[in-house]
Amino acid sequence: MAQHVTAPVEQAPRSPRRLRTIAIVPAYNEERSIGQVLQEIRSTDPDLEIVVINDASTDRTAQVAARAGVPVVNLPFNVGIGGAVQTGYQYALEHGFEVAIQVDGDGQHDPREIADVLEPIFDGRADLVVGTRFAKGGGYRGTRWRRVGIRLFAAIVSVLVRQRVSDTTSGFRAVNKKALRLFAADYPHDYPEVESIVLLSRHHLKMLEVPVQMRVRVEGNSSITALRSAYYMIKVLLALFIGLFRRYPTPLEEP
Amino acid sequence: MTPLRVSIAAAIAAAILLLVIFELIRSRRLQERYALLWLLTGIVIFVFAVWRGLLSRVAGLVGISYPPSALFVLAAFFVLLVLLHYSTVISKLSDQNRILAQRLGLLEHQLSETNEARHGDAGS
Repeated sequence: MAQHVTAPVEQAPRSPRRLRTIAIVPAYNEERSIGQVLQEIRSTDPDLEIVVINDASTDRTAQVAARAGVPVVNLPFNVGIGGAVQTGYQYALEHGFEVAIQVDGDGQHDPREIADVLEPIFDGRADLVVGTRFAKGGGYRGTRWRRVGIRLFAAIVSVLVRQRVSDTTSGFRAVNKKALRLFAADYPHDYPEVESIVLLSRHHLKMLEVPVQMRVRVEGNSSITALRSAYYMIKVLLALFIGLFRRYPTPLEEP
Repeated sequence: MTPLRVSIAAAIAAAILLLVIFELIRSRRLQERYALLWLLTGIVIFVFAVWRGLLSRVAGLVGISYPPSALFVLAAFFVLLVLLHYSTVISKLSDQNRILAQRLGLLEHQLSETNEARHGDAGS
């Protein structure tokens, strides 16, 4: 794919904030919350461009987003959160964006904290920044099993990437061009947040966590049931384990 | 009791199956989600091959007098499960394939209509 992005950013020591940035909003049946999420993103940062990836919602998510004047990519059938977010990364790359931040359509990510998550990217301190919920005084509750799962994955991933990771399940994350290109080409399915951190580390890219406050979901419940989360846990554990034996091209270079 | 040779042969076969699955996943020719049932198959057969007492007891429970037959039944059962699973997977894939073909056809049509309309404008 020919990527012809003119990058005036590199030579001019202007404010790094001028890197073209896009907010990727994956949404599946979020008609009640997505309007508010989009409006909040707009009001906190009017310059931030947005794309909604509608993962074959069966409600009016697409219409609500379109009415907000935001570009909407409608997937023809449900591909899951991993596939939806990856679509967002591909959109970002094709439209010449250099930084992307994922903000979930259910409203659990506070748009007012977008700037905090983006900052280390603009400063060049990390290739991936994850807004995590455990650092800043317990904004997260959730069920007990979910918490156990999150902690287990955090412990395993911390060992694998040789860096303390407190929350591997947060989708509130920003990427720079390098990580954007990597994830556009290769992003895990189903439960991508955990595996993608390991993937990133195997490509020698740098991950950083910043504390954020997760909000209670505006509407609807987490679709993850006990049996499903057990299945996901086994699947992700398997993927992490086998991932150890894969070889990755490192580092990912400009094409 | 299961003859020792049968146990050893079955254990080796199961181990090979597990290794092949592992390599297929590692080289990305098999996705984790489609490997889980295969892994379970390999692990169960391996356990029953190695743990001979358990196989004899299970065989006795269901009235199979020759324990190695129970191993066959078990393997056949899991193969059936895998096949059934893949049938559902194929059904889903063919559904998605149809939707993709429909979307593509409609989009191409829409694109050519848009192009024609634009050329019409340019001509007038």
